[in-house]
Amino acid sequence: MESPVLRVENFSAHFGEITVLSEVNLAVQHKRVTALMGPSGCGKTTLIRCINRMHELIPDAGVNGKILLHDDDLYKMNPILVRKKIGMVFQRPNPFPTMSIYDNVIAGYTLNGIRIKKNEKDRIVEESLQKAALWEEVKDRLHKKGTFLSGGQQQRLCIARALAMNPDILLMDEPTSALDPKATTHIERLITELKKNVTILLVTHNIAQAGRVSDFTAFLYLGELVEFGTTEKLFTVPEDKRTEEYLSGKFG
Amino acid sequence: MAETAASDKTAGARSDVTKYFQSKTPKSSVASDSLFKALLYGSAVLMLLLLGGIIITLLVESIPAIKATGFSFFTETVWDPVFQEYGALAFLVGTLLTSFLALAISIPFSLAIALYLGEYFREGAFSALLKSAVELLAGIPSVIFGFWALFVLVPLVRSIEIQLGVVPYGVGILTASLILAVMIIPYSASIGSDVISLVPAELKEAALSLGATRYEMIKKVVLPYARSGLCAGTLLSLGRAIGETMAVTMVIGNSNMMPKNIFSPSNTMASIIANEFAEATDTVHVSSLIEVGLLLLIVTLIINLLGSYIIKKMTLEQ
Repeated sequence: MESPVLRVENFSAHFGEITVLSEVNLAVQHKRVTALMGPSGCGKTTLIRCINRMHELIPDAGVNGKILLHDDDLYKMNPILVRKKIGMVFQRPNPFPTMSIYDNVIAGYTLNGIRIKKNEKDRIVEESLQKAALWEEVKDRLHKKGTFLSGGQQQRLCIARALAMNPDILLMDEPTSALDPKATTHIERLITELKKNVTILLVTHNIAQAGRVSDFTAFLYLGELVEFGTTEKLFTVPEDKRTEEYLSGKFG
Repeated sequence: MAETAASDKTAGARSDVTKYFQSKTPKSSVASDSLFKALLYGSAVLMLLLLGGIIITLLVESIPAIKATGFSFFTETVWDPVFQEYGALAFLVGTLLTSFLALAISIPFSLAIALYLGEYFREGAFSALLKSAVELLAGIPSVIFGFWALFVLVPLVRSIEIQLGVVPYGVGILTASLILAVMIIPYSASIGSDVISLVPAELKEAALSLGATRYEMIKKVVLPYARSGLCAGTLLSLGRAIGETMAVTMVIGNSNMMPKNIFSPSNTMASIIANEFAEATDTVHVSSLIEVGLLLLIVTLIINLLGSYIIKKMTLEQ
């Protein structure tokens, strides 16, 4: 097996005095889907926000420990550079309402002031939309606003926007929590398709979703990483009692 | 079977509730409700009547001037009560020139303050201080601004004029525009900071997550999103600048001539009324000043209508 894309080593995070994550260790494998699951407030969202260095934007927030992308310490890099290499999809679809579909996909480039040729742009937009399984639905109205799309389409537009930057890893923060069941199925199918080319770290509070789409699962509880392993093993023979109780719905 | 029983039960409960409320709604409270409605309706109608009344009064009182000068009132630049010549074009130009110049001077400052308060430093001691300073500035009576302009801006502009080799009046279009700019900054800045702080955090996070710096995020995401609100604030400020009377009258130089450049002493529609109305005895003179007032009202209405049209169009485009 290849060496992991991302390694989280003895990582802790806090807001002022309150500790949100303590001593987390985790490895994200190349071209695999790793799911982070756990009840609300367990620190799963904080963990992925630490990975693209968004956590530190909140006043009083701080971290300890290391996160390595390949072999580089993310916390020794410029956060702007980190965020270019690590894509993120948020809980609620958030396409830029002032931009067209086309401009939304290419937004990572325009926002960073990267100048590229028109035909290069066209290629990136088409490729990214195709990867996000949205191309067929929007190819005739690329220059219309993205806000007229349905919730599920908007979320796939956000996925395309993140993919356009060719990220080393794609973080997805409960990407289906604001969507209806049909759109959720669509996104889940897309995630399975995407892992052929992209490494994905998926946060979910939906146990079944973690079971359906992920190769590895981490169970976080009260800021602690309780158990981490292949999804198959974690779901069938969990080692920790808390994992077993969570999976059987005793709390959550 | 069980379901029907349950729904029967709830239906029964509902009719009980209806009965309860019916018993609690005697005739007197129905009467007070309709009285309240009539009161609201009456106040609304009163406002419309007031607006109509003001326009009609101005129109009626302007009739002698309209009869005496006709359309040349809007095209002539000579305003000479002694020779009974009344042309208001110079004042229209003076008003538009000072207002738009003031707007141009104020925009960079108000935008900077709006971004500072609405995006960069929403909390903290200095922000709180700046916020209350901006609010205080908005509450200062305009005659005080006029004094300050006389003592500070007039000498300043005069020294600039000496440097440039133009006639050093000190008072004139530029001085008036500067004080107007100071007076409208609080308005556009506080509206602007409110509008900017309403930009959803999710959009800002989306921009940051794509590797944008804060400046890039503001330029490409925050400002485009807040655009229509910022325009609304600017137009509101323009409306204020157009109608501002006291401070302008004190520093514009009160010259009834077409301004030649931005240093020329001039008059605005508001300042000519303030200057001459008390001394006007001749019917046509008084009436002409009222017609200037009517023109001022019309210009303000046009700016407001144009403003709401632009805002509507921008909101639709989003």
